[in-house]
Amino acid sequence: MTLKLRDLSLKPDLFGNGHGLCAGCAEPVSVRQILSALENPPVVALATGCLEVSSTRFPDTTWKVPLIHSAFENSATTISGVEAAYKALVRKGRMEDRPLTFVVFAGDGATYDIGFQWLSGALERGHKFVYVCLNNEGYMNTGIQRSSATLLGAWTTTTPSGDARPGKPEWHKDMTKIVAAHGIPYVAQAASHNWKDLITKVRKAEQADGPAFINVLTPCDRGWRFEPEKTMEVSQLMVEAGLWPLYEVVNGKYKMTGARQKKRPVIDALLSQKRFSHITKNADDATIAGIQAKVDEEWDALQALCNMPVAAE
Amino acid sequence: MSSQPQSEQSRSESPLWQQIQPGGIGVNPGSTDRVQTGDWRTEVPVVDFERCTHCMICWVDCPDASFEVANAKLIGVDLKHCKGCGICAQVCPVKCIEMVPDSAENRETQPSNGASSESAK
Ligand code: SF4
Ligand code: SF4
Repeated sequence: MTLKLRDLSLKPDLFGNGHGLCAGCAEPVSVRQILSALENPPVVALATGCLEVSSTRFPDTTWKVPLIHSAFENSATTISGVEAAYKALVRKGRMEDRPLTFVVFAGDGATYDIGFQWLSGALERGHKFVYVCLNNEGYMNTGIQRSSATLLGAWTTTTPSGDARPGKPEWHKDMTKIVAAHGIPYVAQAASHNWKDLITKVRKAEQADGPAFINVLTPCDRGWRFEPEKTMEVSQLMVEAGLWPLYEVVNGKYKMTGARQKKRPVIDALLSQKRFSHITKNADDATIAGIQAKVDEEWDALQALCNMPVAAE
Repeated sequence: MSSQPQSEQSRSESPLWQQIQPGGIGVNPGSTDRVQTGDWRTEVPVVDFERCTHCMICWVDCPDASFEVANAKLIGVDLKHCKGCGICAQVCPVKCIEMVPDSAENRETQPSNGASSESAK
């Protein structure tokens, strides 16, 4: 089936307007695309984060779907409970059995750091839900602090750049691969600028027989220091530089998705974001060479995974 | 932005405590619609409908769901909510969206459904 935007535009928007996310924010773009991609009516659990504080300002809500928010760390646990309760109520004949899709939206702080063990537990228990990490590489709504998703070398308010330190000293956590190691049926990495790739992945995730995880890169114009109109361009540069490869892992099998990836040097992506201006001002900076070497190494490792034959069933 | 049309329900018009649901449950889906985020804007998108191909790329990439569509056609911009980020002008494949300084005059050149979505409440 070909995917047409005109067809999608006939569906009602399930995430509306009037929310308080910054001008140029990528998160609502991806949320609208994801909700429009779903075939079944969604039931959403929301972790604390930019999206939550901006879309659920009491007494209002931007959402037009059933939504539950409990805390920062436990959105995966919350949706586990919702899914288990629904199954129990159906079993007891107290609710109609109809296809629903249980979805979590959480940021990188809630996924990589604070909700890590809760997510791991829900994946291991095998609840049927789609977990979406909206990754803007930092704690942005509290004022741009580093998370374990923040890129090496990036300036944040807790990893300042100066004579003593060149921004964040550590390499980021590879959460997508960590989730894939749980052996769940569907895992993917997507990015805001590529709606077709994202929607295709969401549809596969919805059909998966068990937990599914999609890590979506959602550039943050305030935190990454670029002009709001550049959001899609920056997202694309991150992908093309190999800093955010688009791939999926279907029942353990790695596969690259989307065309023309990793054709640019990382400096192109770094130059588009002023959070790296302290290192990009000198093209010979050792940090840039270090990032390039590590990206190349990870890229080769990913290609090796994609080329690895999987044992026949 | 004194020339902005005023939303019919101001932000301070919150429910009385007697009207609040137990547990603070929100009962009005999509009710942030009443919030006029359009007054954040410093630039306004102007669409040249003569050249628009109705590809819907701007619609799918707008963070504020501010493109009005009907029957798979782009029909206007919701200026009550558009924050003027400029993403639409960047992603339009035929470059038929221009960002111009936000003023009453420039807004008038823009077929906007902002008014109709306000009266829809
Ligand atoms: S300027 Fe931004 S908010 Fe306004 S219509 Fe364009 S993409 Fe949407
Ligand atoms: S992106 Fe441009 S051509 Fe496509 S629908 Fe929007 S204004 Fe029209």
